[in-house]
Amino acid sequence: MVEFFTTTNLGIVLLIIGQCLLVLVPLLVALAFLMYADRKVWAAVQMRRGPNVVGPFGLLQSFADFLKYIVKEIVVPAGADKFVFFLAPMITFVMAVIAWVVIPWNDGWVIADLNVAILYVMAVSSLEVYGVIMGGWASNSKYPFLGSLRSAAQMISYEVSLGLIIIGIIISTGSLNFGDIVAAQDGSFGIFSWYWLPHFPMMFLFFISALAETNRPPFDLPEAESELVAGYQVEYSSTPFLLFMIGELMAVVLMCALVSLLFLGGWLSPIPGLPDGILWLIGKMLFAFFIFAMIKAITPRYRYDQLMRLGWKVFLPMSLFWVVLVSFLAKFELFGGAYARWAVGG
Amino acid sequence: MTPIVIAFYLFAVSTITGGLMTVVSRNPVHSVLWLILSFLSSAGLFVLLGAEFVAMLLIIVYVGAVAVLFLFVVMMLDVDFAELKAEMTRYMPLALLIGVVILMQFALAFGAWDYSDGAADRIASPAGEIHNTKALGLLIYDKYIMLFQLSGLILLVAMIGAIVLTLRHRTDIKRQDIVGQMMRDPAKQMELKDVKPGQGL
Amino acid sequence: MISSDIQTVLPEISLAVFAMLALLAGVYNGKDKTAPMMVWLTSGMFVLLAAWIGYGGEGTTTAFGGMFVNDGFARFAKVTILLSAAAVLLMSQDYMTKLGLLRFEYPLLVALSVVGMMFMVSAGDLMALYMGLELQSLALYVVASLRRDSVKSTEAGLKYFVLGALSSGLLLYGASLTYGFAGTTLFSGIIAAADGGVSLGMLFGVVFMLAGLAFKVSAAPFHMWTPDVYEGSPTPVTAFFATAPKVAAMAMFARVVHDAFGGIVGEWQQIIAFLSVLSMFLGAIAAIGQTNIKRLMAYSSIAHMGFALMGLAAGTAFGVQAMLIYMAIYVTMNIGTFAFILSMERDGRPVTNIASLNQYAKTEPLKALAVLLLMFSLAGVPPLVGFFGKFYVLRAAYDAGLAWLAVAGVVASVIGAFYYLRIVFYMYFGAEQDDPLDRGMPPVLWGFLVVTAAMMLVGIVNLFGIEPLAQAAAATLVN
Repeated sequence: MVEFFTTTNLGIVLLIIGQCLLVLVPLLVALAFLMYADRKVWAAVQMRRGPNVVGPFGLLQSFADFLKYIVKEIVVPAGADKFVFFLAPMITFVMAVIAWVVIPWNDGWVIADLNVAILYVMAVSSLEVYGVIMGGWASNSKYPFLGSLRSAAQMISYEVSLGLIIIGIIISTGSLNFGDIVAAQDGSFGIFSWYWLPHFPMMFLFFISALAETNRPPFDLPEAESELVAGYQVEYSSTPFLLFMIGELMAVVLMCALVSLLFLGGWLSPIPGLPDGILWLIGKMLFAFFIFAMIKAITPRYRYDQLMRLGWKVFLPMSLFWVVLVSFLAKFELFGGAYARWAVGG
Repeated sequence: MTPIVIAFYLFAVSTITGGLMTVVSRNPVHSVLWLILSFLSSAGLFVLLGAEFVAMLLIIVYVGAVAVLFLFVVMMLDVDFAELKAEMTRYMPLALLIGVVILMQFALAFGAWDYSDGAADRIASPAGEIHNTKALGLLIYDKYIMLFQLSGLILLVAMIGAIVLTLRHRTDIKRQDIVGQMMRDPAKQMELKDVKPGQGL
Repeated sequence: MISSDIQTVLPEISLAVFAMLALLAGVYNGKDKTAPMMVWLTSGMFVLLAAWIGYGGEGTTTAFGGMFVNDGFARFAKVTILLSAAAVLLMSQDYMTKLGLLRFEYPLLVALSVVGMMFMVSAGDLMALYMGLELQSLALYVVASLRRDSVKSTEAGLKYFVLGALSSGLLLYGASLTYGFAGTTLFSGIIAAADGGVSLGMLFGVVFMLAGLAFKVSAAPFHMWTPDVYEGSPTPVTAFFATAPKVAAMAMFARVVHDAFGGIVGEWQQIIAFLSVLSMFLGAIAAIGQTNIKRLMAYSSIAHMGFALMGLAAGTAFGVQAMLIYMAIYVTMNIGTFAFILSMERDGRPVTNIASLNQYAKTEPLKALAVLLLMFSLAGVPPLVGFFGKFYVLRAAYDAGLAWLAVAGVVASVIGAFYYLRIVFYMYFGAEQDDPLDRGMPPVLWGFLVVTAAMMLVGIVNLFGIEPLAQAAAATLVN
């Protein structure tokens, strides 16, 4: 039996499909509850009750929404480029999903253990912008088009600093593999061995850039209701809209996973001695998601020029400077090799 | 047919289809989208060759940045592509000629090509067992550091050039002074007047 | 290993770092207000580097695994490039200020293009050569269209860019064929590979590379861009085009044919001889009908490149020596001539029409005399310095058994003499005209004009001693 799955072509393919389902199905179910959590946090901050009707405490609200999206009619605007119009939400959804193949859940629990895993995630997230541009363009309507242009510019801008911040981590680790990055954070000081401490300011930069990259508030200009109704999603209804929504939320959760893996030690336990494991990673991701939700609830939206200024004139120079600094610190193994984990055998 | 062979033909066919459709598409936006498909498939081919680092860079740089700018341009510009297409027929003979020349060169390359004695020894040896990201790093930052820095200078010149030739500093608009705005002292910027009822200022 | 490499490339690095620091300083302090200071600083830097390189180390050193060669030939070329670039930069200040073009980026772009030229002449590898060439060209494209509000200037920049990109493509194509044959991009490897005869593919590679290089030195039949670019660019930029980049491209040409293809002289000699003849005659004949002095100088430079190529066509050390001497003299003459062209003004506006020179000798006898000397020298009239330049290349060609080429050179120079003498004729015997050119002249330009004109006369004593220097330089290249 084991032989069938490891040696024959058919077996390998089936095994991979099985692994993908094993990741995807729990992820999608979790997503439903994360959406619920997002709305609940938002409501709590504004002293509302939030969804509370469907199921106990409104827990099944997302499933009800899901059903509604599926059974509604799909409206295609006149003059829309039909092919591209439907391609766009699919791209957003697929890109959000396929990034997960390189995310490890525990030591060795990963579908594709790539050497260039981080680059793969960067590549996939750079493709996500196409869903937005294509959706906005294919709708053949002004607001969606403006929204998609804004969004594309924003995503490209913040991807640059996101990439530079990651380079700092790569330099410290000496590898592009998530497993190695987490292993490099394993030290005798538990939580204080993780990268959030040596790369302290960068964790915040990364987090903020992640907000902008995923079009979350306070950088949700592409869909700013007050100006653009709903940005590139204006003309979408029913299932395509659902795909957009899932794709976006999935990208948010992916960013949570990245923050946990890169800065918060992944599956490592914060207290030395306690067993490491998947639960730690999930806990850290939930924590990161909670911050995402809180930020959505408590921050006002940026103006577009401020957003661009922040990206190019503040984050980019800071992260670039950080790369130079980290290279220097790593080269000379300062601070007990905290920046040169490959050298001290971390 | 191993999965790798299947993957190769899949990527190869979609690369060529993408390239072909880029040229023949009527809608310029579709052309760019086909071009992106072509890029992605060639990234797939790179992965099959074992050059995963190059593949990822191809996606990040070309698909993630360059093609997005392409897409911006064709979406924003009001270019009459039908007219351009009409012009294409005019240049068709020239294009065909160039195509024939390239074909002849391929024939030359595969048919009559001969190497000098010992060319095989002079060709830079493959990196061997080291991981290809590291191998590239060693080449670019170590062996070819001079060329790398020179290309950096070339890009710097391109940047200066773009600024020199296009930037016009307008003086008739209001600019933001972020630091100045943040550092404003409310006490100095406004005056509080106590307006008595019925009297006015 | 790396520190000795860096030591070898230190002059180039210093210039690049200087350019970047000056750029930062300019951006953060006053922008274009600092431009005049930048011009003088950059020129000073050029002269300093020229002194450093000229009086610095002897012998041949290589760096970065042979990609960078610092030998006598490179040093000779670099000193010529740096000094001419410094001179042209100083000359440009008044003109650029008058047209409101003196932006602080201008001297820095020139500096960066000089960095490219220095790498070009020192290249020991096809890739290094290409990188240097692109750095140089890209900066030149930008300065060509510096006057961005003028249609002609932007046209010049665009034309230069498109054709330059085409020629780079040709060069790259040839380089890739060569690499395919030799299995290495190092010149030392290529010359070893070509030792046992070349294949058809390699020959194609050589031809394509020579075509690309001919573009860069503007030799016919790859000269089409030259007149338009010369005419459209701001005059100081034209002056720059006519001097330093030409020396760099010519030196690179010599470096490629001797360092990489030195073993197969027979294969490229005919090609270069052909380029040479075509350039000399085209330059001489096409210039006759020109009324714009900048276009005229463009054709003149095409003809002069033909003569310089004649030295290369000889394929001997003496040929390279003759080429180096020729280029040094050519650059000096062009600096003087452009100093004069830059000062041609009527009512404060620059003019480039040759007819405006009518009766110039009456109002400005000294300057007219200086121009007369320069023109005679450009035409190659004995006993001025220009004659010796031509004499050397003719002798090199004759010695190498290319007597027909030497005869063609003499005929072309007689034809070419016509249009140089026509300018002199206008100045002394032209028709009377009502509104003569303005009389004043910025002191820098006046200085360069008079000094170069004087050099044309004084130089006949011993050519300022460049002959043994050029000989030593050529000896390091050809052996």
